[in-house]
Amino acid sequence: MSPEPFLGDVEHSPVRHHILSVLVENKAGVLARVAGLFARRGFNIYSLAVAPAESHERFSRITIVVDAETAPLEQVFGQLHKLVNVVEISDISPDDAVERELLLATIPTDVDNRTSLLDVIGAANASIVDVDAHHVTVVLAATPAGCDALERALEAHPGVELHRTGRVAVPRLGVPTHEPMRSR
Amino acid sequence: MEITGAQALIKSLEREGVEVVFGLPGGAILPVYDPIIDSPIRHILVRHEQGAGHMAEGYALATGRPGVAMVTSGPGATNIVTPIANAHMDSTPLVVVTGQVARAAIGTDAFQECDITGITMGITKHNFLVSSASEIPRAIAAAFHIATTGRPGPVLVDLPKDVAQSTMEWWYPEGVGELDLPGYRPLAGLDEVELARAAALLATSERPVLYVGGGVLKARAHEQLRAFAERTRIPVVTTLMARGAFPDSHELALGMPGMHGTYAAVTALQRADLLLAVGTRFDDRVTGRVSAFAPGAKVIHVDIDAAEINKIRRVEVALRADAAGALGALEEMGATTANLDVWWKEIRTWQESYPLTYDPPAEAGPLRPQQVIESIHAASPEGTVVAAGVGQHQMWASQFWRFEEPGTWINSGGAGTMGFGVPAAIGAKVGRPERTVWCIDGDGCFQMTAQELTTARAEGIPIKVAILNNAYLGMVRQWQEMFYEERYSEVYLNADLPDYVKWAEAMGCVGLRARTPDEMREAIEEANAINDVPVVVDFRTDTSEKVFPMVAAGASNDDIMVHPSQRRGA
Repeated sequence: MSPEPFLGDVEHSPVRHHILSVLVENKAGVLARVAGLFARRGFNIYSLAVAPAESHERFSRITIVVDAETAPLEQVFGQLHKLVNVVEISDISPDDAVERELLLATIPTDVDNRTSLLDVIGAANASIVDVDAHHVTVVLAATPAGCDALERALEAHPGVELHRTGRVAVPRLGVPTHEPMRSR
Repeated sequence: MEITGAQALIKSLEREGVEVVFGLPGGAILPVYDPIIDSPIRHILVRHEQGAGHMAEGYALATGRPGVAMVTSGPGATNIVTPIANAHMDSTPLVVVTGQVARAAIGTDAFQECDITGITMGITKHNFLVSSASEIPRAIAAAFHIATTGRPGPVLVDLPKDVAQSTMEWWYPEGVGELDLPGYRPLAGLDEVELARAAALLATSERPVLYVGGGVLKARAHEQLRAFAERTRIPVVTTLMARGAFPDSHELALGMPGMHGTYAAVTALQRADLLLAVGTRFDDRVTGRVSAFAPGAKVIHVDIDAAEINKIRRVEVALRADAAGALGALEEMGATTANLDVWWKEIRTWQESYPLTYDPPAEAGPLRPQQVIESIHAASPEGTVVAAGVGQHQMWASQFWRFEEPGTWINSGGAGTMGFGVPAAIGAKVGRPERTVWCIDGDGCFQMTAQELTTARAEGIPIKVAILNNAYLGMVRQWQEMFYEERYSEVYLNADLPDYVKWAEAMGCVGLRARTPDEMREAIEEANAINDVPVVVDFRTDTSEKVFPMVAAGASNDDIMVHPSQRRGA
């Protein structure tokens, strides 16, 4: 297997995705409001990550990757902005973003697969973070494309258990973010 | 001053200038019902929580002030879900207070517990679950602020019983800054560039139409609309939600557009080269098939809700502002159009060829529903407020009543809630007691919420109800006749069951019945003469009568079906 796909910060999946970084008030039910809005308006969420934001007490940041084919971005923005708990939305184009995602996987090992598995882990720049006689657990923090590639490679191993966090993103330095519709 | 959460809630409502609350008590809201006794706020005890919600809506639509309803937890809260959804669709400012089980019991499936903030998340502008007594003032102040600013809508405040019972040091937020709403920025300023582009589009337009929606009423922009229309002479269509925003008697008025709109209004939109769409949302009942709607028109869209712009129809110019601000700015700029003489000549031909019409009634009856509406209009005082349910009678009321001023047409547009009429009329009468209030209702709708006439009688709210009794769920019957080969499925109601006169009398109202034009005139006269108790008139109308014009669902507005008597070869 060629190691190349793992290395670059280059590849994007073919479906047109958009990344919304949504600053919300850290209040009970806010995630349900956002998720419910996407569900009832028929906007597809590709991935979603939530965590406390810069000022931990008051705000959280939700990073949503939306399938731009299912919903005009302007509609997603407009409807999201109407949620009273949504404070700010940044639209980050994948081309202008630094994106990272975390992948954790536990793979059964034996004498037959150990060498090839170690090759894959090494090529992916993933790390082994846990091990017992019959398994290894690896971690990779990489671009979504990098995680995709490792996922494909690991799927060849029967019994693999794999978790991904969904991506978080920030704009590349020097690229202005645009927020098409602040007003409501 | 240390007071209970319940007292704080009532004091907060008083601070917001609330004069009336429509509600019904129960276990979880019990603490709040005690301080109501000592408050100047009038409480109207409804017979079903749905009635409380629709009354609050009727009050809001008639007065422009937010309507307030209060109910208990669980079934009390779920019973008011329909009015909340209705208010959300029609952008009606509403504050609904629901009781909730005590905080410690939340999540345990306690008696009369339900997750009403979860249930109403998608049908409120916002909702709050109050978690301490000291938060009550801010929650109520924020609820009124959110309900009444920007695009108005319903806000729900869920109050756990133990929060109402605990104490707090009284305070009240002074101004919007203390509401702690970092994500709520309702007002958008007018964009000068877009304004100039709007004026440029208007300047070259030869076939413009002012497509006016409910936002004009919400923004109280009827005077700006009239001034702008009169100077530019742009023809005006008023959607179902905007009836009364522009006088029907005005020479520039074309009436209602849409599925059952006038031929002139529908066709003017279809042939227009420019739509100035103000406070309206390109609803499917107006556009028909969207891809065939106003195919030659550019669009200037004025809306306070930015998410409405480009939602259904791509627009050339977007003015994210309230209707009064935008129309006022266009008027100030002196925006004008090309010469409209040819356009008006064309429109006058449509108006003359295809006016609203119906077959003349027989002297022996049955009555024509349109004739009943015209007769009530003719016999009632100027400024009479009309509420309607949903269905054929609603369309006829919108078509054949003549609306001259804002706040005189109370109806359920977006949600199409049957049973809206009677409670909404009661709420309207509470808000404008000096006005005559008629509810034009159908027999199907009446049976859904008629029990609120008991409320009306008990509370001294003398509304008048005209049941256009055709013994059918008439609009469904019309569709089955036209689109299901006259296979009538589950639409027959029986004109004599229930006996509407006896039912009215049992609720302490005057009950009348009219089968012929003579009886009709007498009954209307009698009803208008009674001003102390509610009146119900059972008008027996022609079962086969249908609403025309009509654009079939999903059809192009070009394929409008006019009244049979106006069709070629008729």
